[in-house]
Amino acid sequence: MTAVTKLELKDVTTTFATPTGPFQALAPVSFSLEEGRFVSLIGPSGCGKSTLFNIVAGLQPPSGGAVLIDGEDATGTIGRVGYMLQKDLLLSWRTVLDNVILGMEIRGVSRKEARGRAEPYLRRYGLGGFEHQYPRSLSGGMRQRAALLRTLLVDTDIILLDEPFGALDAQTKGHMQEWLMRIWTEFRKTVVFVTHDIEEALFLSDEVYVMATRPGRVVEHLTVDFPRPRHRGLVTEPGFVALKQHCLSLLAEPGDTALVA
Amino acid sequence: MMTERTIGRLSAAAIGRQPPLRLGARRPSGPPRARRLPVERQWPSWLIVLVQVLAFVLVIAAWEAAAYIGMVDAFFWSRPSQIWQTLTVFFTEGDAFVDIAYTFRATIMGFALGTLLGSLLGLSFWWSRNYAAIVQPFVICFESIPKLALAPLIILIFGMGLSSKVAIATALTLVVSTLTTYAGVRAVDPDGERLFYSLGATRWQVFRKLIVPAVLPWTISVLRVNIGLALTGSIVGEFIASQHGLGRTILYAGQTYEISLVWVAVLVLSSLSIAMYVGVSWLERWLRRDLVR
Ligand SMILES: Nc1ncnc2c1ncn2[C@@H]1O[C@H](COP(=O)(O)OP(=O)(O)O)[C@@H](O)[C@H]1O
Ligand SMILES: [Mg+2]
Repeated sequence: MTAVTKLELKDVTTTFATPTGPFQALAPVSFSLEEGRFVSLIGPSGCGKSTLFNIVAGLQPPSGGAVLIDGEDATGTIGRVGYMLQKDLLLSWRTVLDNVILGMEIRGVSRKEARGRAEPYLRRYGLGGFEHQYPRSLSGGMRQRAALLRTLLVDTDIILLDEPFGALDAQTKGHMQEWLMRIWTEFRKTVVFVTHDIEEALFLSDEVYVMATRPGRVVEHLTVDFPRPRHRGLVTEPGFVALKQHCLSLLAEPGDTALVA
Repeated sequence: MMTERTIGRLSAAAIGRQPPLRLGARRPSGPPRARRLPVERQWPSWLIVLVQVLAFVLVIAAWEAAAYIGMVDAFFWSRPSQIWQTLTVFFTEGDAFVDIAYTFRATIMGFALGTLLGSLLGLSFWWSRNYAAIVQPFVICFESIPKLALAPLIILIFGMGLSSKVAIATALTLVVSTLTTYAGVRAVDPDGERLFYSLGATRWQVFRKLIVPAVLPWTISVLRVNIGLALTGSIVGEFIASQHGLGRTILYAGQTYEISLVWVAVLVLSSLSIAMYVGVSWLERWLRRDLVR
């Protein structure tokens, strides 16, 4: 099994100019992702996860360093990765179907063809019957599905998901995780997944990067090699629990050791 | 009860003479009087309409009677019967339809022109932040000028004809549309733009597929305000100098003490205003349903 490097970050740094002086949001961050992997970033809020995504998506220039996609320098270029922002950002004046085809439409596929391509996916991934509804009539979980499909149906090999399930209740979240696993198995894209839920990260991922704040940096790289397909019961197995404890202790502030114990 | 109060007093003393916080301890006089939610019984709609019609008839009848016994000077106030007579004459022998059409045309043209140009101007600010920053103060200045004060100047420039009325109506509606549309542009979620750019969109695509549809409800929301402003503009134009129009009829009738004709023209003008308002409300509903959703 020869692994191909899909996405590589080389010493990416970011400094924001703020009224109180320069603020270093990201200390040099480097990592490389192999093709087809599911990789999670976890870290406290404000550690620069969204900033990192913005840089990879080309929406914000890094202060230093480079982003490489397929070994080519892709720093500051847009449209190379699918990016699902923290909000679903569905357009209220478009039907669910027309929201889902937005990416294809922007890339020059005709609306008619794009609709034809998207429809089977909507039906297969739990949005059947909602194609011609407007987003406001969808539940939170449905909206996330639509936003995710919009991201997946763009012809990019890498997709970035920024806390896609952060606002969902626990039960919906569980369903959505399994749904995402099914989709990922089928699309086989390289996924970078941001979450602040350790269990979610460990349950879904092949690898987990743990970040720390002030300045934002990677403090640990874990390989999570539980066999797939994974089942809910996994989260109570000793191996899983031990990994979770380890992550908790990495994320804990120096003051709150009680929380870990 | 007794023990509670004692405890309350004791603890108050213990924590330095603060009044006890327990409500029960401070209100010895039994439970509060039970009150019901005040509810007004709603009348059936036919009763409401009946009362409205009665009130209207009563006012008209009182006016007529007061003019008859001389309590109201019919020379200055006219009287309902005379107004009705003038109304029929205005429509059968007078220029009613010419005047209505004239005012209507000026209003609609000014409304359409002002709303369209204003919306385009407001949208154009999205394209360049520098351009927006440069132009904004001028728009605000223009906004602060009472446009009606410029009316005599506009009449001088555009002449006595229809175009001067259209110009005044346009001036009144333009700024409102510009500012509202620009407010809409600024209210677009920047993350929406980020989404588009992350998908590799061009600026033109962002403009057409995100900015325009997102701002449309804002533009639509000023339509009803603008139709009123446009009507005001064209009437003021007719007051200053005109050969036709309901505004001119009012001014002319007032100057010749034909008070009943003033009332007739005001009545017709109100009807026109209501008709246009209803028309624009329909337009708005149609636009919202088919374009915005
Ligand atoms: N445009 C900006 N200007 C100044 N500071 C910013 C800006 N964007 C983000 N930050 C700061 O950078 C840090 C990282 O932000 P972010 O990437 O959104 O964190 P996360 O997504 O991990 O919660 C935060 O402390 C945030 O306040
Ligand atoms: Mg974030």
